[in-house]
Amino acid sequence: MHLVIIGNGITGVSCALAVRRLRPGARITLVSAESAHHYSRTALMYVYMGHMRLSDIKPYEDWFWDENRLGLVYATATALNTAEQLVVLNNGTTLRYDALLLATGSESKLGGWPGQHLAGVQGLYGLPDLEAMARDTHGISRGVVVGGGLIGVELAEMLHSRGIEPVVLVREARYWASVLPPEEAHLVDRQFQENRVPVRYHTELREVLGDAQGRVRAVLTTAGEEIACQWVGLAIGVTPNLSLARMGGIDTDRGILVDELLRTSAAQVYAAGDCAQHRQPAAGEVPIEQLWYTGRLQGETVAHTICGQPTRYRRGIWFNSAKFFNLEYQTYGRAPAGPVAGMDHFYWEHPSGRAALRVYFQAAPPHAVAGFNALGLRLRQDVCQQWIRNHTPVAAVMAELGAANFDPEFFPQHEQALVAAFNRQFPQQPVVLKRRKGLRALFG
Amino acid sequence: MSSTRTTPPLPASSPAEKLALSVVAGGLLTLLLALADADPARQQRWFYLALGLLGSGMLAWSWLKYGRHPAGVQQHSLWLRASTSRGAVAWVTGLVLTGFYVVLYWFSNDDGHGHFGPLNNLVHALDGFSRALRARPADQWFLYGTFYTLAVLLMGVRALWKYRHSRYQLIRTASVMFFQLGFAFLLPGLLQFFQQPEFYFTYFWPLKYDYLFPGTVTSLLQKGGLGVFMVFWGAAMSLLATPVLTYFFGKRWYCSWVCGCGGLAETAGDPYRQLADKSRAAWRWEVRIIYPVLVLIVVITVLLWVHFATGSTLLGAAGGVAAKWYGFVIGSVFSGVIGVGFYPIMGARVWCRFGCPMAAYLGLLQKHFSRFRISTNGAQCISCGNCSNVCEMGIDVKQYAQRGEPIIRASCVGCGMCSTACPRGVLNLENGPREGRYQGSQLIHADSLRILS
Repeated sequence: MHLVIIGNGITGVSCALAVRRLRPGARITLVSAESAHHYSRTALMYVYMGHMRLSDIKPYEDWFWDENRLGLVYATATALNTAEQLVVLNNGTTLRYDALLLATGSESKLGGWPGQHLAGVQGLYGLPDLEAMARDTHGISRGVVVGGGLIGVELAEMLHSRGIEPVVLVREARYWASVLPPEEAHLVDRQFQENRVPVRYHTELREVLGDAQGRVRAVLTTAGEEIACQWVGLAIGVTPNLSLARMGGIDTDRGILVDELLRTSAAQVYAAGDCAQHRQPAAGEVPIEQLWYTGRLQGETVAHTICGQPTRYRRGIWFNSAKFFNLEYQTYGRAPAGPVAGMDHFYWEHPSGRAALRVYFQAAPPHAVAGFNALGLRLRQDVCQQWIRNHTPVAAVMAELGAANFDPEFFPQHEQALVAAFNRQFPQQPVVLKRRKGLRALFG
Repeated sequence: MSSTRTTPPLPASSPAEKLALSVVAGGLLTLLLALADADPARQQRWFYLALGLLGSGMLAWSWLKYGRHPAGVQQHSLWLRASTSRGAVAWVTGLVLTGFYVVLYWFSNDDGHGHFGPLNNLVHALDGFSRALRARPADQWFLYGTFYTLAVLLMGVRALWKYRHSRYQLIRTASVMFFQLGFAFLLPGLLQFFQQPEFYFTYFWPLKYDYLFPGTVTSLLQKGGLGVFMVFWGAAMSLLATPVLTYFFGKRWYCSWVCGCGGLAETAGDPYRQLADKSRAAWRWEVRIIYPVLVLIVVITVLLWVHFATGSTLLGAAGGVAAKWYGFVIGSVFSGVIGVGFYPIMGARVWCRFGCPMAAYLGLLQKHFSRFRISTNGAQCISCGNCSNVCEMGIDVKQYAQRGEPIIRASCVGCGMCSTACPRGVLNLENGPREGRYQGSQLIHADSLRILS
């Protein structure tokens, strides 16, 4: 079997590794136009900030690919013939496949603003973006970041690390309003303030203004403010990269349409990761998932189907994590940004504003736990997922909270304060803390 | 992955930071004055002025650089600065350090008239302090101990500022500062003051190899009560406490909490931790070198004891010659000249990783008879590489984290920086039951229960 994978991101590589494990004899070829070797997209910001070099964000050393007989082709796929099962590359070669995985990832969304094609206006998705950003922010004093999501705060942190003042435009009333409840968003806002990053809420970009050389010189906001700047980062999300799928006549909508087994409309052609759109997403799940974790999971799942073990893609219990300047964030299960009928929640915040926990649970008895938001606290994923999967009552979760504590040794333990706060907020469900962490679990 | 990126400009240091660094530079120049000045009284004044300038400059700079920013991971421009990315500054620093060790080890012996070679003026500048502490004039090793301790303390304060968001790092840093100052500097001095053997209670065989050599043991035993206790302490720590403590806490109880070599690496060497080579090739060299060193010192020790017990002259000569060569090649060249001299080029744990027999011994215990491991939090790893980057022992931590596996490596000294640097809260140093210690997370692979059920 010859498996050709277009894209060497986490999805393509996860699939390749799983196929190698399931089918030791398979021929596997990974094609990428972006980089000779797989790298961690999520780590691009650390290269810009000087924490690491490009070579440090490669998850595997270069010998790994040869030793595992994973063929790497550094070229662009320019045509796809699904009838004859051929992929044409821009280096003059044609690859015949028995199975083809499209793991082509995303492209940065552009908002259609006047002036967005000026020099110094860009998104951040891949290596070319990183190079452009390094080049265009060289020696500048201010950059404007458009978008109040994960990439928005990353771009702000990147500029800030080089002494460039970022100004962040956020359309909504608070940071990442679609995901974070107001209290959590407020803690992120405190990070912006602490790092002296100005944020304009309720503000959108209206126009990017250029100078005589065609470079950005300022932006105009919907509030009518003109902000002088030398660079603009558009961080309003990403959209599936469909060019090859369209060339091959494969059904697409916003993404490449796939069924539960991640099969596209063409025989022996699969799609997974950022670029795939599920025809029938499971209840409560989105059709296009653009996360590192879902990319990895989809890649591994589709590998099973490709190897003759048809496996439906089931995302399982949701989880995600991020870091906003110095504030770590983890979330598990269902953690909606606003009130949801039938769901209640408990919220606790440390007086320092550097730690918070929100526990979501069913309003009806036995108040099964549904999800967690943790800020500045580390929670054990397997414990949280087990609670959610088992519909553990929230009172039992609170009593056993120490079991989920993943903070390093000697860190302040908040379980007692958390339980006290819970008892104040929900006196009808009194909780006694049973389990603490580490040594205190023995002596406390 | 080629890159055509232009080298970015470094954020300008504030005038205050520049001033503090100038004070440090002034301190170094004043030290040269102390070296050059022929007048003993002025030497001493220059010397203490130099220490004052170095100390105050370092402390002020640490606060300006780390204390004024919000608490958190502060790694900006690490790989962009020449000093921390093997640039020209790093090579010059490495040459100066290496040169200092060469002069100290082989050109600073007392010539019989109280003259200590090129470092003579610095040694004598410490006579007063040495008399107060040890009731005897200074020698080159007292000068070295003073510099070493100052480096641990001053750079320790820098580490405290830099890592103040992590209580683990605060307590651990305070611990290495305490053990260096108290047990590796003041206490041996005080023992000498009271006419007792100069003994280091925090160094054990096989690192301090001669502590279990028959020569040292017999001479200590002759010193009476305290000497007997020292022999007992040395043997008990090497053979009893080390396995027991390592069983409960991993090798970190020693390597990154107590040991002076580790103490210097964790403080003065902190700016260089990212330079440790993470490649598989480097790991192969590591196991090729460190275990033979352990075998070597065990064999030498056994030879010496066999000679002691049987009086066999043949074995005795072999053991004695081997011990001498071991002392030169491993004790001086490897642990000193290369171990510290190469800080700015190969990272601060070259000795600990490639050469230290104590680390090899602790490592074997940690790998096979310990409750210690670094846990991975489910499937949260994003392969960003921050953990591997800060690993001073050159462990490619992310290889384990991205597979959802716990990290159990002989070389891990448990400094906890991978956990501190991880942006997603994935890594945690834990002591737990040995059962299932190697068990990975069920959450990371699609062929886990979740997908195939």
